[in-house]
Amino acid sequence: MEFFKRTPRIKFLERRRYWYAVSVLLVVGSFVAVGVHGLNFGIDFTGGVVVEAHFPQAPNLERLRDSLSDLGLIGAQVQSFGTAQDVLVRLPPVEASAARLVNEQVRTALAAVDPGVDIRRTESVGPQAGRELAEKGATALLMSILFIGIYVIMRFQWKFSVGAIVAVLHDPIVVVGAFAATGITFDLSVMAAILAVIGYSLNDTVVVFDRVRERLVQMRKATSTEVMDTAINETLSRTLLTSGSTALVVVALVLFGGEALRPFGLALLIGIVVGTYSSIYVAGALALDLGLSQRDLMPPEKRNEADALP
Amino acid sequence: MLIAGLLALPNLYGESEALQLSRRDRALFDAASVTEFEGVLNGAHIPFDESFVDDDGHLWIRFSDVSNQLAARDLIQSRYEGQFAIATTFASRAPEWINRLGLEPMSLGLDLRGGIYIVYEVDVNGAVQQLLQRMERDFRKALRDAKLQYEDVTVSGTVTQIRLRNAAQTEAALAALRKYDSTLSIEPGAEAGLLVAQLTSDQIKQREDFSIQQNITALNNRVNALGVAEPVIQRQGLNRIAVQLPGIQDASEVVRLLGKVATLEFRLVDTVNSPLEAQRSGRAPLGTKLYKERNGSPVLLQREVIATGEQLIDASFAPSQGEPAVSVKLDSRGGEEMLRTTRENLGRPMAVVFIEKEREQVDRDGQKVVIDRSKEEVISVATIRGVFSNNFQITGLSAMEGSELAKLLRAGALAAPIYIVEQRLIGPSLGRDNIERGFKALLMGMAALFAFMLVYYRVFGIVASVVLIANVILITALLSLFKAALTLPGIAGIVLTVGMAVDANILIYERIREELRNGNSPLASINAGFERAFSAIVDSNVTTLIAGIMLFAFGTGPIKGFAVVLNLGILTSMFTALVGSRVLLHLIYGRRRRVERLAI
Repeated sequence: MEFFKRTPRIKFLERRRYWYAVSVLLVVGSFVAVGVHGLNFGIDFTGGVVVEAHFPQAPNLERLRDSLSDLGLIGAQVQSFGTAQDVLVRLPPVEASAARLVNEQVRTALAAVDPGVDIRRTESVGPQAGRELAEKGATALLMSILFIGIYVIMRFQWKFSVGAIVAVLHDPIVVVGAFAATGITFDLSVMAAILAVIGYSLNDTVVVFDRVRERLVQMRKATSTEVMDTAINETLSRTLLTSGSTALVVVALVLFGGEALRPFGLALLIGIVVGTYSSIYVAGALALDLGLSQRDLMPPEKRNEADALP
Repeated sequence: MLIAGLLALPNLYGESEALQLSRRDRALFDAASVTEFEGVLNGAHIPFDESFVDDDGHLWIRFSDVSNQLAARDLIQSRYEGQFAIATTFASRAPEWINRLGLEPMSLGLDLRGGIYIVYEVDVNGAVQQLLQRMERDFRKALRDAKLQYEDVTVSGTVTQIRLRNAAQTEAALAALRKYDSTLSIEPGAEAGLLVAQLTSDQIKQREDFSIQQNITALNNRVNALGVAEPVIQRQGLNRIAVQLPGIQDASEVVRLLGKVATLEFRLVDTVNSPLEAQRSGRAPLGTKLYKERNGSPVLLQREVIATGEQLIDASFAPSQGEPAVSVKLDSRGGEEMLRTTRENLGRPMAVVFIEKEREQVDRDGQKVVIDRSKEEVISVATIRGVFSNNFQITGLSAMEGSELAKLLRAGALAAPIYIVEQRLIGPSLGRDNIERGFKALLMGMAALFAFMLVYYRVFGIVASVVLIANVILITALLSLFKAALTLPGIAGIVLTVGMAVDANILIYERIREELRNGNSPLASINAGFERAFSAIVDSNVTTLIAGIMLFAFGTGPIKGFAVVLNLGILTSMFTALVGSRVLLHLIYGRRRRVERLAI
């Protein structure tokens, strides 16, 4: 079976100004979403207490809230978690030593609603530890972008590199924006997913750029836009297939992996989709507008790229 | 690949709930005890699968579900009070010969097996303060021993000031103090008769490191006393200690016992001044300190400490004459001091001060304030009836307090107070669900991928699927080999790796198809496909690897588990796609004389 029996001839880059607008809109929209809604940070980053409980019967959340506030636990968020029988209680950060007491109180409050409750998980993170986890996450993010950038600059001509790096920045911003807009919990695992997205979103870009390099040397008569379009069309099937196959298993993760893995899976899924888009419309288009031409690749790269590896 | 298969094999059998018993007296179990426990469990109608003694002399009992496991634990606990450390854990179901080869399944992270994860912060400042207090005490003693009179010894910041009564004795005092501690940095002060001792930054650093190291040791001992299978206690960053206790469910009890700072001080009772008078005026006479006994009555103790909990070697709960008592053994220095004191003070009362520190949060004018509460009370006052040195008994406690004090003392005092900054407790039912969901996602994802590859690439799809399975086996084998714990994000990492591993195959196959379209011969196309796709595969994997390495470097806990799997997965998938599938394709097509078409 083949989706593309013949190489398609889609003129991707003719209307690239529109796609720039889309990208700018996505990025600006993401910033606005973060600015307006903010991110729904998990306790990993804010500090706080989370208790996950399973009830034999679906509990009345209103009664749960009352029961919690009766015990003086103010600011408790109560929501169902996956199923109606599973409940997640979240409390603002408390000083670490008081966490034990708070845990006990939550237990008592939950048991007051239904004595058959099964406390499945309690986590408490002090505000200080939360700040540090956030700092570490941000450092990992910046370092990844930095080193990936250095690698790309080493491997590709600078006009390619700029396109690739802008695409790399573009993707996590949109993922974060999506999380801000939807209010899905942003926790450590999402941070990990974003890092994976940064690494992965370059894959398609690399495939397209490899082909552009090859074609620029061969198609000496064609304009740069034609070369770029040819390369994108020729690699379109693999770009879509690789992203599609990865997205396929990530969808399985979202569907079957349970509540704990869902935000992680969603971040990956959004990242994969955006990454595929950006490798065509951001990375390729930017390289083109930076005036990519055959001359950039003189002396021509060796045809056999396997030998060109460090 | 065979080796990888063998390494991965134990994981196939899975694990079942188990109890691991070790004797508190560190003796080993023998075959007879197996029969005894089996009898006990049968008598209580608690079904179990198997019991055996392992090479380390631990007794294992295996169960098919959690409730039986817990019932058995409670039964054994109540029946053999305190004789054994009982740990709830998992035992591999792999057959005997696999265990014999020393092959073990991947260990499961806390989020998969249930347990407690606690990050403590060590109050290193407190440790430095303790050091300064001890220096102050020792300075006084050193000067007294050298018969030099002093006005006062005061500590402010990291500076200790000693004011001598006679300025002419400055040199002698300097010599005495330097003799006491040769590393001491002590100089004459600005005024005559004033000595200034300063802690150097090296000394402070050393003290901080020591206090963390000592706390890790103490926590280790306390955890061992709890009886936990495979505990992990390690330093994290500058002043943190991370503790992982798999299988532990009673969080509050553990947290209480681990975090408690308890120590003892032995002091002579001041019999000259009236404690009631001191209580009324709120001022203790010079050289004494006011304490309260358990019944609330005041008691004046001499400032000088005979021995502290730090000099303790062993402590055990040993009721004597029907009264609960803790029998204590001191080190030689403490023993010497005790011998000297008891010899000189026969017939006079001596007190044992019990010091316990806990951090509490209180509401003060609507503001949450953290205060360190230090409980110091005199647990016993007893007349010295004979001369003793390093072996003696403490009485005056209830049975519960006695056994807990012995436990805490034996475990060693914490060199500095510790506070919980992060605590995660995962119940066993959630762990089990996490495993099930994670693997379901993995299986579904792989099944969907296989179906797609089969339809889209036919024979080549089969090759890709075989290679993919090999890839998962390789990851499993490497994780088992490195004893890396599998976490829920780790399973997600395997799922993601599977999705990304197939990318390399797709890149190669698409290139082969392209070569075929260009009219190349099938075998040449295969070769060209592998060669041309090579650089793109390497480039794209390196970028993901960079992100993975950063994640490993900066991640903690389960996220680190994800990073490990991601990085291993990238390496194995590159290997299997570039080498494994090429070998397979060679086996299928390479030996035929003429290949007309490829099933791609």
